[in-house]
Amino acid sequence: MTWADFTLAFFSLDILRQAWPILLSGLVQTLLLSAMVVPLGLLGGVLLALLSTVRSPWVRWPLMAWVDVFRSLPPLVLLVFVYAGLPFAGLEVSPWGAVAIGFFLNTGAYYGEILRAGIESVPAGQVEAARSTGLSRGQAMAWVVLPQAVRNVLPDLISNTLEVVKLTSIASVVALPELLFQARQAQSVTFNATPIMAAAVAYFVLLWPVVRLLSRLENRQLAGRR
Amino acid sequence: MTGWERFADSFLNARVAAEYLPKIVEGFGLTVVLALCIIAAGLTAGLALAVLRSLGVRPLNWLIIFAVDLFRALPPLVVIALLYFGLPAAGLSLSGFAAAWLALSLVLMAFSEEIFWAGITAVPKGQWEAARSTGLGFLPTLRLVVLPQALRITVPPLTNRTIAITKNTALASVVAVPEILGAAQAGVSFGFNPTPLTLGAAAYLVLFLPVVVLGRWVETRFAWKR
Repeated sequence: MTWADFTLAFFSLDILRQAWPILLSGLVQTLLLSAMVVPLGLLGGVLLALLSTVRSPWVRWPLMAWVDVFRSLPPLVLLVFVYAGLPFAGLEVSPWGAVAIGFFLNTGAYYGEILRAGIESVPAGQVEAARSTGLSRGQAMAWVVLPQAVRNVLPDLISNTLEVVKLTSIASVVALPELLFQARQAQSVTFNATPIMAAAVAYFVLLWPVVRLLSRLENRQLAGRR
Repeated sequence: MTGWERFADSFLNARVAAEYLPKIVEGFGLTVVLALCIIAAGLTAGLALAVLRSLGVRPLNWLIIFAVDLFRALPPLVVIALLYFGLPAAGLSLSGFAAAWLALSLVLMAFSEEIFWAGITAVPKGQWEAARSTGLGFLPTLRLVVLPQALRITVPPLTNRTIAITKNTALASVVAVPEILGAAQAGVSFGFNPTPLTLGAAAYLVLFLPVVVLGRWVETRFAWKR
């Protein structure tokens, strides 16, 4: 196979011109999807992290089991279970609904673990000092502990958010027309790999700055552990 | 039928479970084999790249950093799709298993290189200088002095990353590999009953719950507390 064949198969401008509108609509869906699942996962994570501050074993153990179960199930398994399984229980879910439920359970558990570590990293004296100034427990958590907790685990939060945005590509499996799904559609119609290549380039351009930032933060973090 | 009976008949149907259990067990074996192949290839390649990077050849390092960034930014499913659906356009056909293995190994390579490299740079320069001054060559210094210290701090992040990436073996179901999820989905469509999915989810829990708990333990055991 010659170089010309190769570029024709992977970097054909002709194909790109045809597939461009559908790829763009996929990209928009991917961005919308990310804008939905990241806050949803963060919400679940904050709830789990707040619950983890309750000392009672009746809360602690079920919570730990919940988090570990949803960290053990691959996200795609969870998604397929929700999408293909729930209709048998008489609950029809749309692809968006299935993705929302699956991501809430999965990414919520991951964000929860990160935020829990963050809350535990804030010295107890901070809460005591905040309470002694007359702040309630809730206020002390919201205004004193959480801001410091978030700052302490910021690299992990960003890293997880990157993973969540990448993970939205599994929504293609339940036929949600996001970027990868649209690229696959275009590829199967044109019998040409250019659309998938274009999708890959789009993901890379979108996420490379985040990867660069993380790589710096992580290096600093690990070097600081000496 | 009461609601519970209907639910049990759908999701916990003993007859269907008995019928598809052997398929799920086969899938389980395939998932384990795929995961082990990915771990072996990914970690080896990651360590090799980190060692190459420590040689300090500028153009080579740029290449390594680019490859690492690339596979950290691309969603694993996009890489799998590119290899499985894209390569045939170049006259090269990979089996689903090979495509999933190669894609996930590249992803693990990228993440582990980053972690190994951070570990190597975290070892104080004085360690290098002292070892070299005793007459050790570059590679013996790396192998006997630097890597043993570097690997210790990389254990917690490496364990978590490896677990997260091996869970992506479920993505292989998208390219028709009959691993756990693939076998379960086939069962659902043949048996028209979601019990195989329940079995599949249970199989993932059996496989990954111990690993996730182990990861939790490793994190506290190897925590760098000073």
